[in-house]
Amino acid sequence: MTPPPSAPSIPPTFSVVAETEAGHSPWSDAWHRLGRNRLAVAGGCLLLVLAVACIVGPWFSAYSYEDQNLDLGAAPPGAQHWLGTDTLGRDLLVRILYGGRISLGVGLCATMVALSLGVTYGAIAGFFGGKTDMFLMRVVDIMYALPFTIFVILLMVFFGRNIVLLFLAIGAVEWLTMARIVRGQVMALKKMEFIEAAQVLGFGRRRIIFRHMIPNVLGPIIVYATLTIPAVMLLEAFLSFLGLGVQPPMSSWGTLIKDGAEKMEEFPWLILYPGAIFSLTLFSLNFVGDGLRDALDVRAAKD
Amino acid sequence: MSLPILQLANLKTHFPVHRGFVFKRQVGTVKAVDGVSLTVHRGEVLGLVGESGCGKSTLARTILQLVPATEGAIILEGRNLTRSSAAEIKAARRHLQMVFQDPYASLNPRLTVYATLAEPMLVHKICPRDEVAHRIAELMQTVGLPPLSQKKYPHEFSGGQRQRIAIARALALQPRLIIADEPVSALDVSIQAQILNLLSQLVRRMHLSLVFIAHDLSVVKHISDRVAVMYLGKIVELGLAIDVIERPLHPYTRALVSAIPTFRPDGGRPRIVLPGDPPSPLNPPSGCAFHPRCPYATVACQAAVPPLERSKASHEVACIRAAEIAGPR
Repeated sequence: MTPPPSAPSIPPTFSVVAETEAGHSPWSDAWHRLGRNRLAVAGGCLLLVLAVACIVGPWFSAYSYEDQNLDLGAAPPGAQHWLGTDTLGRDLLVRILYGGRISLGVGLCATMVALSLGVTYGAIAGFFGGKTDMFLMRVVDIMYALPFTIFVILLMVFFGRNIVLLFLAIGAVEWLTMARIVRGQVMALKKMEFIEAAQVLGFGRRRIIFRHMIPNVLGPIIVYATLTIPAVMLLEAFLSFLGLGVQPPMSSWGTLIKDGAEKMEEFPWLILYPGAIFSLTLFSLNFVGDGLRDALDVRAAKD
Repeated sequence: MSLPILQLANLKTHFPVHRGFVFKRQVGTVKAVDGVSLTVHRGEVLGLVGESGCGKSTLARTILQLVPATEGAIILEGRNLTRSSAAEIKAARRHLQMVFQDPYASLNPRLTVYATLAEPMLVHKICPRDEVAHRIAELMQTVGLPPLSQKKYPHEFSGGQRQRIAIARALALQPRLIIADEPVSALDVSIQAQILNLLSQLVRRMHLSLVFIAHDLSVVKHISDRVAVMYLGKIVELGLAIDVIERPLHPYTRALVSAIPTFRPDGGRPRIVLPGDPPSPLNPPSGCAFHPRCPYATVACQAAVPPLERSKASHEVACIRAAEIAGPR
């Protein structure tokens, strides 16, 4: 063997300066980038305020969502009822806050259902590949082909209308896309050298999936989840609008908008306020989702 | 000489090629590795050279059990890995490690250097938990990484430093044999020499054996004790690095050698430019796979696959005209 003549010691490729120890994790980098995105931060704050208001607000209100005051009827916004009342004399503010609980709850729960189902399903399909993958993804394709509205109507007709079922029905539709996204990500990742390196190091299958794969596909999953929430809320509103969702005297933003739309000409505040709150929430969620996408983008993370 | 660290006996890795969607049928076989027999001795550096697509990387992946061998034996320190159970293979991995080509893809971006190096030690119980930190500091020193950068993530390092991390990770298990699959071809030329020096130092200091894969001889020349030249899934020439480079016998090796840059004012030896591209491993030529591109090919070359043998020459070669070709030198 002929070692190169001038190699008495390993030449360092760095200037030895004893300073920085803690590095920037990809997560903290993404967090900083998100913090610089003003729209996303504003959206996040607004969502937080809305959520807190919906949870805490009704406790401090003098009215309940079902208290009727038929003498009053539909009153315009004023000192007594800040956002006015509906035709049955129910306080609109309290009903919006209550509706927010349902709408935000549906959004979160259905997204959780979609998330857990889709990530597990997609990861299994992507990791094992071959015939397993083929079979699992054809099932997804078939589910995709079913018309969603008819599917939900059938569910409601067979099992009766209840909110839990609504969560499940919406979640059961939204997980399909999630499964596809996760499958694609896992398949791409499986070919990466660091996964092969983990195999060469003798790591077990479970360790490879949970420690080396999942953390690396979490970015796109989080982004898609934030964009799923508004989609789910729209679906709930749509179903409630059709009369398949939440039942009176309960309210959701969808039912409030539906009721308001019927009396839009005489009592415009009945659609104005629920609609405005709903739109604001959707905008905020989309801004947060976009912000997350930019922050977690691998290409942006390169520099 | 003691038991060789690694022996490959007639190793084959074939990939079936399917066509059709519902009714799949096999339309052919890619013979990526086709009957490779090799021995790696303790403490030696074996350079494995060949052009892209000749099966070098598949050979490495087969040895490391990332791809199943179709036929033949991989004998690591007397144990045949192709017939071992999963548990035995896991145990063998301790002694057999790999350095990958692309240091940007071979490190988990979500793990710090410390976590990257600690994980294999803990999984294989190399040392007691409280000694891990100490060993990591030692390892980082060994490969020339700043010890204070333990808590940093891969993206905060340059390509050369990342490759040092990858080398440290391979060393974490105290292996006896490292297979390096083109470890410098993704790096800047100025960094390549540093990594080569590091590897050859480690081999001497830690009594490692190294299989060093590259696609050009100039990289392999400095580091290898012996050199194996691969063409289309087969070894075509094998011998001491000096012999193979100073006295190449196979026409393919001669072309490779002529491509090593020289610094002589007259330009050194004439450059041999091979016509055509390497043939498809899906449909290899008959006889000697090199004959369609070989300037010395005869009818006999198309008839039979020449065996790898030591004729009168200084080392082994798979060419029926080797003696004639080398003659006038």
